[in-house]
Amino acid sequence: MNLIHHILATGYATLFDVVPIAAILIFFQVVVLKKIPPNPKRIIAGFAYVLVGLTVFLVGLEMALFPVGETMARQLTDPEFIGSSAALGIVDWRDYMWVYIFAAAIGFATTAAEPSLIAVALKAQQVSGGAIQAWGLRLAVALGVAIGVSLGAYRIVSGTPLHWYIIAGYVVVLIQTIWASKFIVALAYDSGGVTTSTVTVPVVTALGLGLASTIPGRSPLLDGFGLIAFASLFPIMSVLAYAKLAEWMQVWRQKREYKRDEHEEEGKIL
Amino acid sequence: MSDFSHNIGSLARLLMESARDLAPIVVVIVFFQVVVIRQPFPNLSDILIGTALVVIGLTLFVRGLEMGLFPLGESMAQAFARKGSVMWMLLFSFALGFGTTVAEPALIAVAKEAAQTVAEAGHILADEQSLKNYAFGLRMTVAVSVGFAIMVGVIRIVKGWPIQGLIMAGYLGVVVLTFFAPPEIIGIAYDSGGVTTSTITVPLVTALGVGLATSIRGRNPMTDGFGLIALASLTPMMFVMVYGIVY
Repeated sequence: MNLIHHILATGYATLFDVVPIAAILIFFQVVVLKKIPPNPKRIIAGFAYVLVGLTVFLVGLEMALFPVGETMARQLTDPEFIGSSAALGIVDWRDYMWVYIFAAAIGFATTAAEPSLIAVALKAQQVSGGAIQAWGLRLAVALGVAIGVSLGAYRIVSGTPLHWYIIAGYVVVLIQTIWASKFIVALAYDSGGVTTSTVTVPVVTALGLGLASTIPGRSPLLDGFGLIAFASLFPIMSVLAYAKLAEWMQVWRQKREYKRDEHEEEGKIL
Repeated sequence: MSDFSHNIGSLARLLMESARDLAPIVVVIVFFQVVVIRQPFPNLSDILIGTALVVIGLTLFVRGLEMGLFPLGESMAQAFARKGSVMWMLLFSFALGFGTTVAEPALIAVAKEAAQTVAEAGHILADEQSLKNYAFGLRMTVAVSVGFAIMVGVIRIVKGWPIQGLIMAGYLGVVVLTFFAPPEIIGIAYDSGGVTTSTITVPLVTALGVGLATSIRGRNPMTDGFGLIALASLTPMMFVMVYGIVY
């Protein structure tokens, strides 16, 4: 009974998210474009699916993932778990190894399940005619978030200023962009924004605030923020790197085939 | 009858795909609970039911994307392109960006926390009214900045400007503003870029961009169609820092 109540309450909240969007879409469709899109019934059914699906998804997350994620973030940052030096109020970043590993793992896992990333990856696969595989893109993005959140956790532990990391990240993205094929650049930039949505933001924020409130000398309000920024910057780098790698692999494969062909030709001549 | 079994078959396939999409999350949690923390799961039944709900929900969501959000975004983009009125298209882009962001729950939460941080630093009074005013102003700032970003992004697609130029200019803006903004606001500003793009906005905006790039001659959906989300997550960072400087 409790579950049904919960689903209804979440559904109500999700509906409120959708209402302004629907109002804008209907206004422009009816007043400005004065045209009904093809298959209106199917589109409305699609919206209903999105609404119900997102609601059920969120309720499930709140039951399964959020409590576990929060408990783990708390347990892993507990001075007792970390060891003696943290209990004495001395922070040594090496004591927090499990936190970095957990941060990477949770960043990877939540991103792999992020619905908006699934949407963009599907679209990219469709638009590129299969040259970009949805699964490969999602793994690349998830790997980027894993590295980003892990580094962000290190930043909170070490108490170093956020903006230097982000500025350094921008420089790396700039260099990669100069180098990258134009085909992937827009998608790579987009993958930074889509990673941080429904699933990732609450868990990663809980981790940041948990870390900042248990580590001596850190303030949750000042040091707790910033993980999301890491999580939206690093996927840009990992997707650009993934594209470069795929390019190299292809060139290498072509070269090898070319060589083999040459050998075969030589064999024939001999 | 065959149609029915076909539907069941495709539903089963979709459920399998969702389960595969979610597998990494399950592996990570089980690993940490069993190997690192070495404690039994609290509320195992809740976790199992929750996981089943997540799989079902994701399946419905993806199905709904393909039926509703993607086709609608693309058909609207095409209709605007055919209509040929840039004015209306820009107004639509702004409305979509502003409207989807202003009520975003994640943004409301962040704005509240930001007001508290700034009050603790002594930049504004800590009474309820000033906190509320600050949070509301911040929310409006972010919503306007997202509307602005989608608008600029659409102009970019129409004109065929490369995305790199805009993004690099944005990065430069962020870096410069960082040195002038009050330090308390920087973390919040940097995070605000990530929280603005909600799960319903992303597919719609992506379909809009791709649809637009497909229907305008000389544009490539891959190089020109993507990029709207990137701009929408960059401008809030700048606008929030400006808000912090001005306020």
